Amino acid sequence: MIIEHPLLGPRDAAEFTYMGDAKLIDRPDWQAQNAAREFYEYGYLRDNPAGWHEELWFHEAGDRSWLVVTRNTVTHEISKVELARDVARARGRSK
Amino acid sequence: MRYSGFRVIKEALTGHKGWTPAWRDPEPQEQYDIVIIGGGGHGLATAYYLAKEFQQKRIAVIEKGWIGGGNVGRNTTIIRSNYLLDGNEPFYEFSLKLWEGLEQDLNYNAMVSQRGILNLIHSDAQRDAFTRRGNAMILNGADAEMLSTQQIKARYPFLNTDDARFPIKGGLAQHRGGTVRHDAVAWGYARGADSRGVDIIQNCEVTGFRIEKGKCLGVETTRGFIGARKVGCAVAGSSGRLMAKAGMRLPIESHVLQAFVSEGLKPVLPGVVTFGAGHFYVSQSDKGGLVFGGDLDGYNSYAQRGNLPTVEDVCEGGMAIFPAFGRARLLRMWGGIMDMSMDGSPIIDRTHIDGLYFNGGWCYGGFKATPASGFCFAHLLARDAPHPTAAAYRFDRFEKGLMIDEKGMGNQPNLH
Repeated sequence: MIIEHPLLGPRDAAEFTYMGDAKLIDRPDWQAQNAAREFYEYGYLRDNPAGWHEELWFHEAGDRSWLVVTRNTVTHEISKVELARDVARARGRSK
Repeated sequence: MRYSGFRVIKEALTGHKGWTPAWRDPEPQEQYDIVIIGGGGHGLATAYYLAKEFQQKRIAVIEKGWIGGGNVGRNTTIIRSNYLLDGNEPFYEFSLKLWEGLEQDLNYNAMVSQRGILNLIHSDAQRDAFTRRGNAMILNGADAEMLSTQQIKARYPFLNTDDARFPIKGGLAQHRGGTVRHDAVAWGYARGADSRGVDIIQNCEVTGFRIEKGKCLGVETTRGFIGARKVGCAVAGSSGRLMAKAGMRLPIESHVLQAFVSEGLKPVLPGVVTFGAGHFYVSQSDKGGLVFGGDLDGYNSYAQRGNLPTVEDVCEGGMAIFPAFGRARLLRMWGGIMDMSMDGSPIIDRTHIDGLYFNGGWCYGGFKATPASGFCFAHLLARDAPHPTAAAYRFDRFEKGLMIDEKGMGNQPNLH
């Protein structure tokens, strides 16, 4: 697989480390009433779709940026690559 | 029809006209007592033991394609029970004991070959860890033996014990481990189940569950609604997308694992060798092909094919310990879809939906578990209580912190 890095252009997927579903960006509120339940779901349950999947890739052997890659788990086709920083900020994280 | 040497001779002399199909091709009925989704090794074994050991009637196995077309047909055929943790080792040892009696039990030649499995050791720390593991195995009634480099060299003369990065300092052997003809496992269980009245319904895909007031009443399929008092899911690899139809999210990611087979060679490798440090394991099939594999590709996939960096990594590992194998040509390579669970161990449990049961999360270790998985899932379905050896394989172990994490990797499925 070739990942089209937003800053560096096309890079071999072997340069990256895979983390998993990009929903891991949305960390639950640790002070919420149901925080234990929320963190269990956050830590252990996954949607695991057959089809389009937004996921976190870490450019470990490159510029060490985190990316959100939209990839099809059935065909391995990649439709969109964004910096995870931009995605997280757009969702209101780490203002 | 019972298979025997006498029968083979008789058929050979009479033009092989007496053989009959090994299982029927029935139309689905409207209602069953128990419906198993998934006609793979685990599903067929479950149906077989339900009928044979637990005297259940009116059972159906529903398969979207043909039986044995999933992971039971795509694995590297190894059986073993060399686990460390209490939640796992009794279960896998139970499975190995079932393998030992499987062919007589099924009256089917599954080519169970206890040629032994060897885990290589490269450092003092690893020797300590494997000594502990061997002791845990012996405590649970399995066999284990620490071998010296000389003993290993005598058995595997082509093994490179002097690799600069990973010199081989010994190994943990389980002599009762080995290999099995994988397709024959599915066929043997299918024949055994069918002869006890189980309906095996192929080309019938489950499209949804009929759930009313928290109770599962049956499954919607491409061949119509099939009612059932109990529904058991055994579709490892597709667990995520099947259980999503029941509104469930699982502690599982689907990952692709590649496997490889070389052209046929003369006997060169008497047993199974695993080189964990180099992400490589290998055995030789009875046809002569070297059957080998390594790590997961490492990303979510349902594609049943992987990518080239993993191929290179696996072959590098092989070349490091068996340089001679570099002369063999690769014949085939393929990928299978693994249910990678959050702690590397499986789940055999009820769901929160009444009448809906789940068997999955086998990671890349499902084949060796086939007999015990079927037996324990049948026990759960028939008696609504877990089999003693599978009591730890619960859904709620993640919420309660009771993980069975052999490698201590935490909730990162691609590292198990």
